[in-house]
Amino acid sequence: MTGRLERSATYGILALFAVISLTPVIGILSTAFGRPSSQAAGFSLPDGLNWANFAEAWTRGHFGSYLTNSVLVAAVVVTATAVLAVLAAYAFGVMHFPGSSVLFYLFVIGLTLPQEALVVPLYFDLRYWQLTDTYWALILPQTAQSLAFGVFWMRTYFRNSPRSVIEAARIDGASSWTTLWRVLVPMGRPALSTMVVIVFMWTWNEFLMALVMVSDEAHRTVPLGLAFFQGQHSSDTALLAAASVLIALPVVVVYVALQRRFIEGMLTGAVKE
Amino acid sequence: MRHAAGRYRRRAPGQPRAVGYLYVLPALALYGVFLLFPLGQTVWLSLLHWDGLTVATWAGTDNYQALLTDPSLRGPFLHALALLFFYAALPVALGLLLASALSRFRVRGMTFFRTVFFLPQVLAMVVVGVTWRSILGPDGLLNDSLRAVGLGSLARSWLGDYTWALPAVGTIGTWVETGLCVVLFLAGIQRIPRELYEAARMDGAGPLREFFAVTLPALRAETAVALTLTIVAGLRNFDLIYITTGGGPGNATSVPAYEVYHRAFETNEVGSAAAMGVGLTVLIFVLTVSVARLVEGRNR
Repeated sequence: MTGRLERSATYGILALFAVISLTPVIGILSTAFGRPSSQAAGFSLPDGLNWANFAEAWTRGHFGSYLTNSVLVAAVVVTATAVLAVLAAYAFGVMHFPGSSVLFYLFVIGLTLPQEALVVPLYFDLRYWQLTDTYWALILPQTAQSLAFGVFWMRTYFRNSPRSVIEAARIDGASSWTTLWRVLVPMGRPALSTMVVIVFMWTWNEFLMALVMVSDEAHRTVPLGLAFFQGQHSSDTALLAAASVLIALPVVVVYVALQRRFIEGMLTGAVKE
Repeated sequence: MRHAAGRYRRRAPGQPRAVGYLYVLPALALYGVFLLFPLGQTVWLSLLHWDGLTVATWAGTDNYQALLTDPSLRGPFLHALALLFFYAALPVALGLLLASALSRFRVRGMTFFRTVFFLPQVLAMVVVGVTWRSILGPDGLLNDSLRAVGLGSLARSWLGDYTWALPAVGTIGTWVETGLCVVLFLAGIQRIPRELYEAARMDGAGPLREFFAVTLPALRAETAVALTLTIVAGLRNFDLIYITTGGGPGNATSVPAYEVYHRAFETNEVGSAAAMGVGLTVLIFVLTVSVARLVEGRNR
């Protein structure tokens, strides 16, 4: 029994919060399409769609090469995390071996551990191995940190997958390896793709490790590119906005397309059982 | 067939036990070298005086004592705790408020609202920082709006103001985290049986009583999750500080996450930075465990 007034008030509140959520996003979007090299510090309304800002960010801001680096790093991290997490989670989910729960909790530690607790020794280690300023410095620590979520998330899937399917495969003579890749992984495509999307987002948006590990321009990823770009051209609002849009777009597109699975994965993934 | 399956189950999943280790090994190796080992090293480094170049000397608990006594090290922790009001308490309160308003009838366009509210979570913090720097800047959207409504005297450089920089950074945190809380609570509210609300209304409960008697107790688990997520996010916020204020003006917005970077890579106080990292980790651990305890305790 809800009155008309209450209904309108509810929609009013919802609309207000939607506007608050969207204003900065729309502001940056409209600035990105605004007049190139505008000196106005705030957001500006576009007088048409000026694609020139994106072209300039691409070339003058070097975001073309930063995007290439980000794609490369994200592709390797996501692939490595997916393969390694599936293997480990399969063992944690369906096999029983001594020490399995202790090993599993070692992985869970990584879920709430702040990067700040690792970044200092990682820098000195990677420098000692002469891996700073290489893609490895971006890939290896990021994969290790993504594994915490990957193993946790995929283990839940393997635990909940029907025992009867596994047993049927075994009775048909399938080895554990075949059962995993021929039966469980194809069945688990939804769980797997949620993990892939979330690890992709984390890798794409990752900043601190990249800032510390990479000092040459050739290996910069997009968030790093934006930070340095802001340092040098903080008055060029339109270009900054265009670069921001270039960085955010891949993740936002994936998010809007898969929002339900995406949200579910992010909420579950960051919380321990 | 049935016989085979039964015997099978008794032998666990019919594997030689060692096979499990082989599956875990590749992930564990990478995780060990690039996460567990550095974690141990951080603890070790925190016990040293080291500038990153010359020979380190043993510090014992010096670096930890400094965390408690040196104002330039204690300050960041106090700032982080103050920020938790904006990053955790406020978003959870707003989230509960919004979600409970939505629990009273079926709202149209819920998918749209949920997608929009959660959007700030998927943007890179660097992008969020750049965007909000422009909003909060001297000629930014906020000051322009203030001037437009005749409050121009309140306009200021929000991120460069000793008094206002920390709340300004906090506001960005509130913007990022509120949607997360709303989405979580909405999911929780859908699980509350309608009959509970009907019963409450039969007893003559108004919206307020309904909230405290039905919604809030039913959302206890979600509240714990929301607090855990927002606290962890709030304490891990290096990117935002680096982009918006760089810890300034002065040390007004310095937080442990920023201070670890600053000390280790800008002022060459590696041992002190490592102690800061350990302190931050302990703080996150203590706070998340306390949240879990608090919620479980009331449950009994």
